[in-house]
Amino acid sequence: MINKILPSIPDAARLISDGAVLFTGGFINCGFADDLLEELHTQGRRDLTIIANNPSVGERGMAHLLRDRRISKLICSYSRKEGTTLIEDLLDSGTLTLEIIPQGTLAERIRCNGAGIPGFYTRTGVGTPLAVGKEHREFDGATYIFEPAIKADFALVRALQGDRWGNLTYDKAARNFNPVMAMSNAITIAQVDQIVELGTLDPERVITPGIFVQHVVATRKP
Amino acid sequence: MNNLTRQQIAWRVAQDIPEGAYVNLGSGMPLMVSDYVPLNREVVFHSENGLLGVGPKQTQLIKDTNLVNAGNIPVTLLPGGSFFHHCDSFAMVRGGHLDISVLGAYQVAQNGDLANWDLPQGRKAPAVGGAMDLAVGAKKVFVMMEYFAKDGSAKIVEHCNLPLTGLTCVTTVYTDIAVLDLIGGRVFIRELIEGITLHTLQAETDVELHVSPQLALLRPPALA
Repeated sequence: MINKILPSIPDAARLISDGAVLFTGGFINCGFADDLLEELHTQGRRDLTIIANNPSVGERGMAHLLRDRRISKLICSYSRKEGTTLIEDLLDSGTLTLEIIPQGTLAERIRCNGAGIPGFYTRTGVGTPLAVGKEHREFDGATYIFEPAIKADFALVRALQGDRWGNLTYDKAARNFNPVMAMSNAITIAQVDQIVELGTLDPERVITPGIFVQHVVATRKP
Repeated sequence: MNNLTRQQIAWRVAQDIPEGAYVNLGSGMPLMVSDYVPLNREVVFHSENGLLGVGPKQTQLIKDTNLVNAGNIPVTLLPGGSFFHHCDSFAMVRGGHLDISVLGAYQVAQNGDLANWDLPQGRKAPAVGGAMDLAVGAKKVFVMMEYFAKDGSAKIVEHCNLPLTGLTCVTTVYTDIAVLDLIGGRVFIRELIEGITLHTLQAETDVELHVSPQLALLRPPALA
């Protein structure tokens, strides 16, 4: 019998070791696998590389890992944490390195990793500082730059419902990067708010089919 | 001189959004545009975090933190709205499906080059978000900004000296003083507020300003 459901958040976090590269779903403060990220902090994980849209807002999860310098590299589209100078302080102290990727390019580079595509050409970024050093090529008279697929060891995603096959549904705007990261070639761990019996999810409503998901774990009860 | 308020600039942009348009509003001032679309026009607002058909802000009674726009503001979804993931969202942006993208700017060059994401002299961490995708992907790019920077220089320039967001992408610039169309590498004043002459504005602007054949007075209603 296939059973991808892990007993607890700590069991899930123990799969991840120091120095791991993590895709982390979420947008601003919406749809992060906060319990998993917070547990990585509790378990003392360090030297992590995080690939996400942005450093999460608030105090828990990724924000907590960042503040205590457990993240050595952040790859994101939007590095500012409004209302604090945390990121600026970490950059100045030399404990954090930063790579900025346009949001659509970031999403597509992750998708490519899951779809077996080594990279793609895009007009996004042409003529800007983010195109420096990249391969340029003309198609139909327009200039494009090459962007390679991007990979990670784990994808930490947040979903609304999950079953023992790893099928996932999402809640409104909390979907964002989560299905894209789930389908990457990383080991996907889905933190889900509800674990449901196999067969109860309407197949028409499944957003991430279970083939993309290796582990499912329930969100902690508030 | 009666400079437009931020609300009035948003109102002016909204008047140029046609019936049936699919529109993305950038964070900050552009998000105000949806408040001023004429009620008899059906416009579909896209939010890059995965929403089409974004409606008004939530009332405090609802408070659903999983239903937010790209500025993290709790919003509603109109009947007909939909949710989708980030790759689909940016396929809409990069694949030419959006009619209009409305963005803020630090500088716009006369050829339509846009600089709106990084100030190298500042200490703030860089934050490009979806701006580079929106700049090249939408059919039209409207910019909303103050005409003058804090140091008094015009933000419409011959060449941007700030880090670029996109090349030759801006179609129209809406400011507190004038509406400017960028056509064929030249700047055309389409509307100008009362109390300033073309001559005066030109004297404070390095780039050459041309007069649009549709030149009119820029006169928004009083708005709260």
